[in-house]
Amino acid sequence: MTLLALIAETARSMVGMPSYTAYRQHMATHHPDAAPMDEVAFFRDRQQARYGGKGGGRCC
Amino acid sequence: MTTGMTVRDKLGWGAVAILGAGALAVVATSRGENINALWIVTAAVCTYIIAYRFYAKFIATRVLGIDPSRPTPAVLRADGLDYVATDRRVLFGHHFAAIAGAGPLVGPVLAAQMGYLPGTLWILAGVVLAGAVQDFLVLFISMRRDGRSLGELVRMEMGAVPGTIALVGAFAIMVIILAVLALIVVRALAESPWGLFTVTATIPLALLMGCYTRWLRPGRIGEVSVIGLIGLFAAIILGGQVAASSWAPFFTLTPVQLCFALIGYGAVAALLPVWLLLAPRDYLSTFLKIGAIVALALGIAIMAPPLKMPALTPFIHGGGPVWSGTLFPFLFITIACGAVSGFHALIASGTTPKLIASEGDAPLIGYGAMLAESFVAIMALVGASILDPGLYFAMNSPAAIVGTDPASAAAAVTAMGFPIDAAMLAQTARDVGEHTVISRTGGAPTLAVAMAEIFSHVVGGPAMKAFWYHFAILFEALFILTAVDAGTRAGRFMLQDLMGLVSPRFRDSDAWAPGLIATFLCVGAWGFFLYQGVTDPLGGVNTLWPLFGISNQMLAAVALVLSTVVLFRMKRERYAWVTALPAAWLVACTGTAGFQKLFHPDPAIGFLAHARKFGDALAEGRVLAPAKSLDQMARVVMNDRIDAALCALFLAVVTAILVYGIRACLHARRLSMPSVSETPAVAA
Repeated sequence: MTLLALIAETARSMVGMPSYTAYRQHMATHHPDAAPMDEVAFFRDRQQARYGGKGGGRCC
Repeated sequence: MTTGMTVRDKLGWGAVAILGAGALAVVATSRGENINALWIVTAAVCTYIIAYRFYAKFIATRVLGIDPSRPTPAVLRADGLDYVATDRRVLFGHHFAAIAGAGPLVGPVLAAQMGYLPGTLWILAGVVLAGAVQDFLVLFISMRRDGRSLGELVRMEMGAVPGTIALVGAFAIMVIILAVLALIVVRALAESPWGLFTVTATIPLALLMGCYTRWLRPGRIGEVSVIGLIGLFAAIILGGQVAASSWAPFFTLTPVQLCFALIGYGAVAALLPVWLLLAPRDYLSTFLKIGAIVALALGIAIMAPPLKMPALTPFIHGGGPVWSGTLFPFLFITIACGAVSGFHALIASGTTPKLIASEGDAPLIGYGAMLAESFVAIMALVGASILDPGLYFAMNSPAAIVGTDPASAAAAVTAMGFPIDAAMLAQTARDVGEHTVISRTGGAPTLAVAMAEIFSHVVGGPAMKAFWYHFAILFEALFILTAVDAGTRAGRFMLQDLMGLVSPRFRDSDAWAPGLIATFLCVGAWGFFLYQGVTDPLGGVNTLWPLFGISNQMLAAVALVLSTVVLFRMKRERYAWVTALPAAWLVACTGTAGFQKLFHPDPAIGFLAHARKFGDALAEGRVLAPAKSLDQMARVVMNDRIDAALCALFLAVVTAILVYGIRACLHARRLSMPSVSETPAVAA
């Protein structure tokens, strides 16, 4: 990972957004038959998962 | 632990140890002259490096038997969404951003009333021996159990009843945290048109960002955050002009008006779709928070300010105006986050254990990120200590003690033994663009003045002080408001879970009625304590912050008891002292503090003594200051009783968990085999 990519991925991870590339890789290797979400659907899914669900905790 | 160390290694680590010990000696023994803040920073950094290199490694290899070849949940259950093996540097950022909030910035500022020394020593000792240990252990335990949450972990390892007790405790702490955070915002923004305009402007700004990421450019977090940050800076500059214009009265609210505005905001925000307000606000507040923390560290390093606060003040024996009580136990609950914070147990058993790529990364994430948070606390303590002590006490004492104008405040604070003149207080207010800085309790304004001091030294000079002050207020208010919003949602789910134990229909998180009811109950609960704090003549921080500290440390005790039980069940009880000692310390602190808050005969400390004092007067029909009517007297008595009940609840929770924990340990000791319920270590 280049430094810039590392910073970008860390920043996205800080707001709970995992890597879309990693998701596509996972889908390609483990579920080649299933259709993966496109980038927008992935973004919305993760946004809902972070803030709408039970995982929305962070510290005082 | 010295296996594999070369002579060069030993020399290097020895040098770090000597530098740290030397710096600590300077900090601890200097009296009478101003020492430089960099001594504290050096002592802290060396302590962290040594603790991470030796103690975290000892815990990882000897105590826990961390096995880097054992697959983590991110590997075993990989789904590309919740369970993703993540680069350790990226995950460090994720975890740090989740644990570091307002707590480590506020507690140390309040603790500075006893001088800089007690707070510094507790932050360093606490984080090394308790806080970072707790975070690391809970992360480890959750990581070995599919990333389960704290409540589930307690249920698995200790039983259903303690599991439910822990959930009740977690909900109560959530309510108190939200109330105290909201109170800090109220204290910082009341009667401050510049601050209120700037913070209010973030709402339309966030809505705009939300729409941008929803329809215009979905997923472009970086882009939209840059737009947002430009908007924020514009809002700060515009705020200064609004405050100087005829619009100022519209943004000058009393604390009570602000309190209701916040409660309304909390209820509405928690019901809006997350992409509209919460998510974009979170982007802004997270990046602003990280940026401000980095800038503060650089600023302190460049400015190298001397500490004006003495090492110790007479208030170590009690009687301080900022919060009541003696050094033990109250210092140890006033500084929670930064030394040891039970709330982290919820984070370390949240998203992080599902993202960790290898068990070998756990010390860096669990122990290391907590050290970083501790450093934030040290910087906050430094910030409060570079201010003139007279200014510090004028800002942090309740109006009932210092009055509301510079002359009365200067007289009162000078009488405390910290000479200051009225002109200097008025000048400070003018410098930061506020009407007054007197009795701006809650820690945030104090830290903002300190940050303005440091930042303007580096960028812009005195003319920029007002800008930097409002930048600091904005940064604190913004992430507190995000926490209020996210916390209300999290509290709602906790409540639905708990009510689901009684009536399973409440668990259905898709039906709207249970969600609505739980949301309003949650907002109502923290709103009640907020209102109580806002109308409290002693400023509210005095009452609510100790309750927050007790509840947070209580949760830490629960997490450390759980960790001890797990060590016993792993048949590693010879190392159980690693968690049992800090657990015992926290039980002693919360137990003593809770007991004193309940039964102390001094009405300034004990809730029941205060209730009795006001109740007796009420029975005789007398009105005691600061109450103004018999109605208010009755309310004071009721508030005291509710606070006392909450305190008793915390004591009951910690006692019950302790009893269940000891029973579980004894049971595990009688068995000849490990009895933990870990996910089996099979290859993926």
